[in-house]
Amino acid sequence: MHIVVCIKQVPDSAQIRVHPVSNTIMRQGVPAIVNPYDLFALEEALRLKDRYGGRVTVLCMGPSQADAALRKALSFGADEAILLSDRAFAGSDTLATSYALAAAIQRIHVDMPVDLVFAGKQTIDGDTAQVGPGIAKRLNLQLLTYVSKIDALDLDRKEIVIHRRAEGGVQVLKTRLPCLVTVLEGINEMRFATMDDMFRAARHPLEVWDKVAAGIEDLSKIGLKGSPTVVAKVFAPHPKARKAERIEVHGDAPKDLVATLLTKLFTHHPQLEREIAARLA
Amino acid sequence: MSEQFDVIVIGAGPSGNAAAYTAAKAGMKVLQIERGESPGSKNVQGAILYSDALEKIIPDFRDDAPLERHLIEQRMWMLDDDSYVGSTYRSQAFNSPPYNRYTIIRAQFDKWFSKRVQDAGALTICETTVLGLHMDGDRVVGVKTDRVGGSVYADAVILADGVNSLLAKKAGFHAELQPRDVALAVKEIHFMPDTTIESRFNVGPQEGVAIEMAGKITQGMVGTGFLYTNAESLTIGVGCLLSDLRAQKITPHQLIEKMKEHPAIRPLLEGGEMKEYCAHLIPEGGYNAIPTISGAGWLMVGDAGMFVNSVHREGSNLAMTTGRLAAETLIELRAAGKDFTAANLARYRSKLDDSFVMKDLKKYRGMPGFLEKNPQFFTQYPELINRAAHTMLLVDGADKKSKERDIRQHFIRKRSRRGLIGDAFKFWRAFE
Amino acid sequence: MTEVPTKRPATGRRKVELDPRLAAYKGVWVFIEHERGTTHPVSWELLGEARKLADQLGAEVGAVVLGEPGNAIREACHETFRYGADICYLIEDPVLASYRNEPYTVGLTHLVDKFKPEILLLGATTLGRDLGGSIATTLATGLTADCTELTIDPENRSLAATRPTFGGSLLCTIQTLNYRPQMATVRPRVMHMPERGSPRSGRLIEETLGVIEESIITKVLEYIPDEQQDQAQLAYADIIVSGGRGLKRPENFQLIWDLAKVLGAEVGATRPLIQAGWVSADRQVGQTGKTVRPKLYIAAGISGAIQHRVGMESSDVIIAINEDPNAQIFDFATYGIVGNAMQILPALTDAFRIYGATARRAG
Repeated sequence: MHIVVCIKQVPDSAQIRVHPVSNTIMRQGVPAIVNPYDLFALEEALRLKDRYGGRVTVLCMGPSQADAALRKALSFGADEAILLSDRAFAGSDTLATSYALAAAIQRIHVDMPVDLVFAGKQTIDGDTAQVGPGIAKRLNLQLLTYVSKIDALDLDRKEIVIHRRAEGGVQVLKTRLPCLVTVLEGINEMRFATMDDMFRAARHPLEVWDKVAAGIEDLSKIGLKGSPTVVAKVFAPHPKARKAERIEVHGDAPKDLVATLLTKLFTHHPQLEREIAARLA
Repeated sequence: MSEQFDVIVIGAGPSGNAAAYTAAKAGMKVLQIERGESPGSKNVQGAILYSDALEKIIPDFRDDAPLERHLIEQRMWMLDDDSYVGSTYRSQAFNSPPYNRYTIIRAQFDKWFSKRVQDAGALTICETTVLGLHMDGDRVVGVKTDRVGGSVYADAVILADGVNSLLAKKAGFHAELQPRDVALAVKEIHFMPDTTIESRFNVGPQEGVAIEMAGKITQGMVGTGFLYTNAESLTIGVGCLLSDLRAQKITPHQLIEKMKEHPAIRPLLEGGEMKEYCAHLIPEGGYNAIPTISGAGWLMVGDAGMFVNSVHREGSNLAMTTGRLAAETLIELRAAGKDFTAANLARYRSKLDDSFVMKDLKKYRGMPGFLEKNPQFFTQYPELINRAAHTMLLVDGADKKSKERDIRQHFIRKRSRRGLIGDAFKFWRAFE
Repeated sequence: MTEVPTKRPATGRRKVELDPRLAAYKGVWVFIEHERGTTHPVSWELLGEARKLADQLGAEVGAVVLGEPGNAIREACHETFRYGADICYLIEDPVLASYRNEPYTVGLTHLVDKFKPEILLLGATTLGRDLGGSIATTLATGLTADCTELTIDPENRSLAATRPTFGGSLLCTIQTLNYRPQMATVRPRVMHMPERGSPRSGRLIEETLGVIEESIITKVLEYIPDEQQDQAQLAYADIIVSGGRGLKRPENFQLIWDLAKVLGAEVGATRPLIQAGWVSADRQVGQTGKTVRPKLYIAAGISGAIQHRVGMESSDVIIAINEDPNAQIFDFATYGIVGNAMQILPALTDAFRIYGATARRAG
């Protein structure tokens, strides 16, 4: 069994600092991490490998510093790591990105047939969730998104059964391999890399593929040229004019604070009062 | 897990990288352990790179190291509330290669340095914290980390884990860090076009200016400020002794906000977009605060050993130099077939003593004590000096002799004759 | 993912002459999410937006309905006219009964190729994102996800889609200038629910799918609906009580449940609590969770950082309880109490309970 896991290195939006005085967002100096959703995908792939044997190849499209993301993936137990990096990819939107990744996976498939492609449900910097579906379309793979559980995998019959989150319920879907799976967060718990794993990952030679090595022929489909969407402008959101009305009561006992709050609330929002009264009745 | 290394370096900041690189280049089997997500992610610096220190480690660093501007001008300002008295040195000698000092952006520089370290053959792992040292009696034989199978053994361990080296404290190598031995500094990076920086600071492309400041910006506390020009940004920062900050109940954020409003400083930042903000501790204790720096199987380098020359604001060159000298100690001993005993490793201290590192630190050993006992240099002299300059330069019809008398009397009123003589003497002694 | 922080804006002054092939694309379409007899409310929200965009363009609004044959789907078509659609494109086929990527992609692609809309909007639900990504790739066009605002750029009549970026701390406006249709997804509850107008007539255009079940590789084995009591129904809740890290310990979250019970409210939480396992992931309110706009949002022990803020700041009334007087949430809440949530929450629960009892006696 051979699984390819697509990962991305992203700025850690959880560590974005806000200047303590001016409240402006500090855009520089944000550390780069592996997209957290991708780690769930990687762990899921590794669990399948534990169970069925085989290999896990991690693929990452990014600048040269994205090698840190690949080493991290290796430290968890991936067998191979490929960095897809080329200046020509700069400025790629999701359409151009899925084109490049699909080409690379096609190349990987030639060397060792791919049974499954895994990805996280979305990235924390783009949030679009489009690249997974894009890759599936280009490679003609069945697409299974928002997978909350892998029920069964039959490698002989080349079939997989999964649970997929839909609005209001779960679909149980069966399809044929090869296919592309994007997983939901919380589907599993990430394992810890041991010291041995860290050494192995640090020593493992990384493959770096440029556009030629990835077998990309149509240059009009990558980078800015291959990106239908363009950014017209970037700006800070307008700060809300109003500030909270502070409920302050001399003595500040919780009971009094709450009493004042309810009085104000119901006085200024009679509609809301009716709504609440109806519920409490 | 019992892979054996020649050297384990704890930390991937400038001192750790210098040590790891030097040892790896000499063929030693080196493991470097960094607790941050990537090398340098826990480091903060002004930042000035001193070519001399790095040349002795990587002679061709200029080929591909990310360097911002080379410094051709140094300004030193003594600020009052809305004025300053300053001196400037600018020279074409600093403008011909190879350049002596550069401004750098640490995040990029550390990445580059770490890549060189790994290319030299060292094994660098990140996101791994060293919890403690493995001892065999008195001798350090390895480290214990927070990973499963996380004990690694080596012939020598170099502690390069920074100003707040909990490890060294835990192992009993030095006592709790004293607030009067560290400064808390904050810095901001403001982005603006390179052409704006060049016209504002009167430099050409890739040329840079460094401004070191003291005076009212630290509101009477012991500390300094700085402003450096990078390729497309300015770094501005200020720091004070932690003990002073605590006593005055002032935060460094408040200091930097006020500093940015100074009429001499605000126009320099005009139009810039602040994109980075961080804070860090800086060793300030000097010579007297240096802990034990070597023992059986271990050496201490960089900020962990308190190797910072606070008078000249030099830290990274001492970090790199101590890292290099520590590695060289190990290399020499190994070549001579000698063991890493405490006695043998004491050679590291001799190397430091022979170098500018200890010589400079010794020279200024009295400075921390001096400044502590003589707050007038931060509380009174900035105002006195500025006022004197103002009096002298104001053309108001008063004759020059009267002006001089006015200045003299003002000084005497504030400091008394005895005080002035004492100040002069003590100041001279502190720099001796 | 458009690399926003590093890419320089590429448009602005460029006057774009639209290729005549693309100029033939007209109309603003909304994909109506209809499954198992019900239509997801986000479809109506999008029709409201589509109407505004179409009016600016002088174009028509088209609603696309795919699903299994029956009364429910015909009803849905009529509903689209009430919410502002001029045309309803319908493909009904048994294979479309439960969403699967393959047949839906075939159906929607066919409609787009035949009737050429200039704009296509989908809800950013699991279905919409699954389908949207496939369609955009099949049509080789641009798709902007999770938009918070949609307008028409008067200079070139193209869609200007604004969405959060860099963790929500900044906004960016994205356009698809040289490709059609311009696609965008919008999360439920981000746009206003429009008025459900009186019944009106519109044009119904029916097309066939032309795909047989045997040729579809993915099979639906089962559909397991969520248990009503377990699953959160946050997106359309009118009152939400939400907790954050200021609650300090998982046991304290019970105070949130207690207050919510009295108010008949839904329970929400910030991302750190989800990651720490205090509540299930479907209760996450925020940038990577749900966007909510209830009539009342009570935030206890929540700092108001941008990642959470973007998910709830459109609430009508926000009551914030936080120990830290400088917490960001006080910058945009309606009412703020600086205090210990562990004391305020029970007091609030009691107060509402007493109020309820009084109201019952009086009413």
